[in-house]
Amino acid sequence: MPKLKTAPDLELFRAELHQERARFPVTITICGGTGCQASQSKYVFQALKQELGAHGLDKRVWVRRSGCHGFCEQGPLMVIEPSNIFYCHITPDDVPDIVQQTMRNNVIIEKLLYTDPISGKKIQTEAEIPFYRSQDRLLLSQNRLVDPCSIDDFIAVGGYSAISKVLATMKPEKIIETIKESGLRGRGGGGFPTGQKWAECRAALGDEKYVICNADEGDPGAYMDRSILEGNPHLVLEGMLIGAFAIGAEYGYIYVRREYPLAVEHARTALKQAREYGLLGEHILGSPFSFDVEIARGGGAFVCGESTALMASLEGKVGEPRPKDVHTVEEGLWNKPTTLNNVETWANVPFIINNGSAWFAAKGTRNSKGTKIIALTGHIRNTGLVEVALGTSLNTVIYDIGGGPANGKAIKAVQTGGPSGGCLPVSKFDLPIDFDALYEAGSMVGSGGMVVMDESTCMVDVAKYFLQFLQDESCGKCVPCRLGIDRMLEIITDITEGRGKREHIALLQDLADTVQQTSLCGLGKTAPNPVLSTLRYFPEEYEAHVIQKRCPAKVCKPLITFAIDVEKCSGCGRCFAACPHGAISGEKKQAHVINPQSCNKCGICAEECKFQAITIN
Amino acid sequence: MSTVPLESILEGRRSQPQQLIEVLQDVQENYGYIPEDVMRSVSKHLGVPLMEVYRVANFYKSFSLKPRGKNLITICMGTACHVRGAHLLLDQVLGQLGLAPGATTEDGEFTIERVNCLGACALGPVVVHNGNYHHHITPNKLRKLITSLRSASTEETAHA
Repeated sequence: MPKLKTAPDLELFRAELHQERARFPVTITICGGTGCQASQSKYVFQALKQELGAHGLDKRVWVRRSGCHGFCEQGPLMVIEPSNIFYCHITPDDVPDIVQQTMRNNVIIEKLLYTDPISGKKIQTEAEIPFYRSQDRLLLSQNRLVDPCSIDDFIAVGGYSAISKVLATMKPEKIIETIKESGLRGRGGGGFPTGQKWAECRAALGDEKYVICNADEGDPGAYMDRSILEGNPHLVLEGMLIGAFAIGAEYGYIYVRREYPLAVEHARTALKQAREYGLLGEHILGSPFSFDVEIARGGGAFVCGESTALMASLEGKVGEPRPKDVHTVEEGLWNKPTTLNNVETWANVPFIINNGSAWFAAKGTRNSKGTKIIALTGHIRNTGLVEVALGTSLNTVIYDIGGGPANGKAIKAVQTGGPSGGCLPVSKFDLPIDFDALYEAGSMVGSGGMVVMDESTCMVDVAKYFLQFLQDESCGKCVPCRLGIDRMLEIITDITEGRGKREHIALLQDLADTVQQTSLCGLGKTAPNPVLSTLRYFPEEYEAHVIQKRCPAKVCKPLITFAIDVEKCSGCGRCFAACPHGAISGEKKQAHVINPQSCNKCGICAEECKFQAITIN
Repeated sequence: MSTVPLESILEGRRSQPQQLIEVLQDVQENYGYIPEDVMRSVSKHLGVPLMEVYRVANFYKSFSLKPRGKNLITICMGTACHVRGAHLLLDQVLGQLGLAPGATTEDGEFTIERVNCLGACALGPVVVHNGNYHHHITPNKLRKLITSLRSASTEETAHA
């Protein structure tokens, strides 16, 4: 493949691709994201290629292994176009049937269709599925149309047309103006206006400037950045190209978590292909603009999501933040002006350039424009990636798209924004997903993680979980974060283990305020949020632990005991055989008993029991 | 585990201190841990003081200073996995093998590690065994997985 030397070269090549692909009337897309890979989608793909070949259909059917489609719970997923047939939970054994019946005889296989859990009806097409129907998919819509390892696929759907347009017709100032007007705000957590960041970096003194893509998505419960970088890496790269041109940078970095091996691999492939096509390197598309990108793998430190820590890590040092009295747009990587944006932010840029700022700003609320990808997980029926216009209510996301609770238990809270965010109760579910509205309610949009919790979740335990996470991840540089989180965790551990005192709650509040106000970086400043928000919205749960020494959700181990209901126990012996701690005894066909001294409260007996005879008190 | 010699890992990176983390990533991938003698060589070739190499290797969770077991079991402790009971998995596996998180069994068979999120949240709780993802894991499923790995290794020893 020759290099694309000019903008017309790119358009000519795109036209050739369209012509070539028009020869395939049918396209089958199989999701190859991490989620579906875990459900063995790779074998489905191999089986399908083989089977189509055996039937001589490989000249008519285009088979694509794409990035994440978002509906991970139903994986592996398959979509057949143009009829938009949606099959889920496919195994390689289903493939001969799919080829024989659907591809050859045009018959839809009922058992592979998605069943609407509410109506119980089978749904034929992807577009009709409630999970997809209520979404507004801008960034994620492309994931299904491209093979992340094929630059041709990306070009075929219009890829690299925005950078081509920018280089031919736009001055850097005009680009920055467009991004400013669009109202795009950082999707990584801070919500800082992107255009303003770019303008400051462009204005900063110095010839050598850098752009960085932050793909160190450390928030537990968030995986939208993984899905974009892994599923559509060229889109991110195109955004970086535009940003680099706008601020005047010639070099960029993608800092990606090592825990995302597929994202690392796909980003590497994308860089290699872009260089081969001349879309990275010297004089891109015949313009004076030169740019290249390097990949750096994160070492598994949550604090490296913070901009100054990330830059220290890129320099090969330990990832400790520094005070931000001088901003990174002036003195960032190697003390040079640096623009750092998160994956989802970069991915929005080509769309804004192609469609204009007014088009982008038409979606969203007054101060939160565009769409946001949400990772919807926890105790909810439809887990997966959801993209909605900002301003959509939590209710819509949780009940209309998410389908409500997974196992009949009532939902009681949603945790948004990861360890920096907070837990919001059901009474706040009419709030819009909006940077400012969620912040005022004591949480934040953050990177977009939403973990739904039902009544089986103990909110004190959730606060403890986040404190453990943050204690583990605090870099230890500043005292308030290092010691403050430690002490808060000590107190909350006492509470969950039945040693809580009334005055502990006020002390927690006090410590939280200090840590919030005096920590060096964002990690510490937001660390108390999970504690503060649970104290604010679920005080009765703290009181139950402290005063009655009771865990209402039956989660905190020291406050619960396991027992066997003699009425229900059939004496089958399953629990006796399964208990790893030898805590269960009893004669066959007679009610068994649990010895509380040796019981570890692991719950294996409850999982094994067919008669729901295990009770937790 | 492939064993790319240190020479080729260092290729094109000599005297470039900023490459320290990338070099250690490759060492970790190829050796399964960061051996002391390798740290000494890396220090010499990149021009980074040994203390700094050790500091970086110690700071980042990806790096292990001790060899890992034949079976590396990583338990995801992300929020989504937590609310679906990941802590029970950790209790189970540590109890079954008598280990602390991050430690390796004396026979070198098992290492148990916890990770703060693998981004496979929709399928939680998730456990990874030597790079293979297992989804919707329960304490009992995990117990059975470990028992079967253990008996597979005993059989191997018996045949040897």
